[in-house]
Amino acid sequence: MLEAIMHYTFMQHALLAALFSSIACGIMGTIIIEKRLVMMSGGIAHTAFGGIGLGYYLGIEPMTGALGFSSLSSLGIAYLKRNSRTNTDVLMGMFWPLGMALGILFISFAPGYPPDMTSYLFGDILTVSGPDLIYMLVLDAIIVVTVAAFFDLITVYLFDEEFGTALGLNMTFMDYLTFLLIGLTVVVIIRVIGIILILALLCVPPAVARMHTNNLKKMMLMSILLGVVFCLLGLWVSYRLQVASGAAIVIIAVLAYFGSVGLERMVAGKTRPAGVRQSTPGNL
Amino acid sequence: MLSQNSDGSQSAIVIQNLTVQYGNILALQDVDLQIASGDFVGIIGPNGSGKTSLLKSILGLVKPKSGHVSVLGMSPQEARSQMGYVPQTTNIDREFPITVREAVLMGRLVGRTGLFHRYDQADHTVVAHYLRRLEINELTDRQIGQLSGGQLKRVLIARALVVEPRILLLDEPTAGVDAHSSSEIYELLRDLNQSMTIVIVTHDTMAVSSYLKSIACINQNIFYHGGPNLSSDLIMKVYGCPVELIAHGVPHRVLEQHDQGDLRC
Repeated sequence: MLEAIMHYTFMQHALLAALFSSIACGIMGTIIIEKRLVMMSGGIAHTAFGGIGLGYYLGIEPMTGALGFSSLSSLGIAYLKRNSRTNTDVLMGMFWPLGMALGILFISFAPGYPPDMTSYLFGDILTVSGPDLIYMLVLDAIIVVTVAAFFDLITVYLFDEEFGTALGLNMTFMDYLTFLLIGLTVVVIIRVIGIILILALLCVPPAVARMHTNNLKKMMLMSILLGVVFCLLGLWVSYRLQVASGAAIVIIAVLAYFGSVGLERMVAGKTRPAGVRQSTPGNL
Repeated sequence: MLSQNSDGSQSAIVIQNLTVQYGNILALQDVDLQIASGDFVGIIGPNGSGKTSLLKSILGLVKPKSGHVSVLGMSPQEARSQMGYVPQTTNIDREFPITVREAVLMGRLVGRTGLFHRYDQADHTVVAHYLRRLEINELTDRQIGQLSGGQLKRVLIARALVVEPRILLLDEPTAGVDAHSSSEIYELLRDLNQSMTIVIVTHDTMAVSSYLKSIACINQNIFYHGGPNLSSDLIMKVYGCPVELIAHGVPHRVLEQHDQGDLRC
């Protein structure tokens, strides 16, 4: 594979795409699992499909359509979450398929032969183009700088939003900001893993990192590293076995998670005296 | 507009005709309450009586349907840097990757929204002071999930104190804490009361006569506010039955003599 990386631009692109998407995933994935926004993120990701369809219909870059749709839908979902009495679960149950439905609608209206949507749905790290990479890099930069600028506020927002409000901090703004960043993250990773498989790359790296650290910043960094490892392993498997890269990445990530849980159990079983619970109990 | 009480003390909190409603559910109705500066007041009432809503109205966390809340002569939003809030521990995600120090430092964010904010030396000094004062300085680097219930309460109290507030508001400060730790917490609050007004929401009738200066009994509206003498008659009104008092094995001096025959429920 190393030789291929030296010779082929598409392999170099794949490598950079793995790195760029892991940065967004590691940072935002940590925020998403700590704020329990996994399902919301899935909903935002699926509305992006509507934007891709719109892109084809209007003849503009599909990723631009995806960016517009996922940003607007993330703000819309944040608004509804704050202001409606509807259960957010139900909201996701509507937004999720609505995005897909709009995508299908736009594509069927689009002139000419319908495009192959597989790479947007399931990702294809081997076809990431130069402009795609620039897109990813710019969005990554926005995410990194914003999270760094608001880090202490984000910590309060994640840990105890009500206390933040009682301190006079603008938690409503943090809500919108977080959702918008999730929208951007979705766009960064669509090309690598696809809309349908996105949740795995958002959830698994921070979930594994969480087992090894009690520090939010370290959790983000570790998640980025794990994301890179999963993507590269997936890339390698996909290259060797000629299978879809998105699927390979997801399967490796999930196997790594269960492996990590198993390993932790074994270590805990050996070092801890019997009868001592290994996880921290929520009771007193 | 600090209002003057008849005895010359000033009111820290003035609540007038406060009504709070969530959808169709009425939480508080026409509540009038004045809390004197330097008071140590307990808000007591059954579940769903609006105790927490009252506390959150004072903090400006819930929007009243009608009525007026004034804290130190200001609106609750303006007075936020003067209030320290200690939420119930059940609101806290104990799995969250954060240490005791980081959790307490949060209180120093009061009123600050600057970009690329970092805690400075002064913040760390204040935090270290209160960690020692609450005797949790040895737990500084523990993840909060590795604390006992009583220790976590102290962390949340420390987090409210680093705001350096004039009013401390606590929601169920001793819920789920054993008797020994909870009297330690009350001793601490009594100490703190020398320099600040304290408002607690509580079920814990043990505290009532031993530590509190006054109580406000609430069930949608305030029907008693005054000295902390819980007569059995009052308890009947608050809870509809005396079970709560007896179940806690409260010292006898808390309860007035009551007529056994009257207390069927």
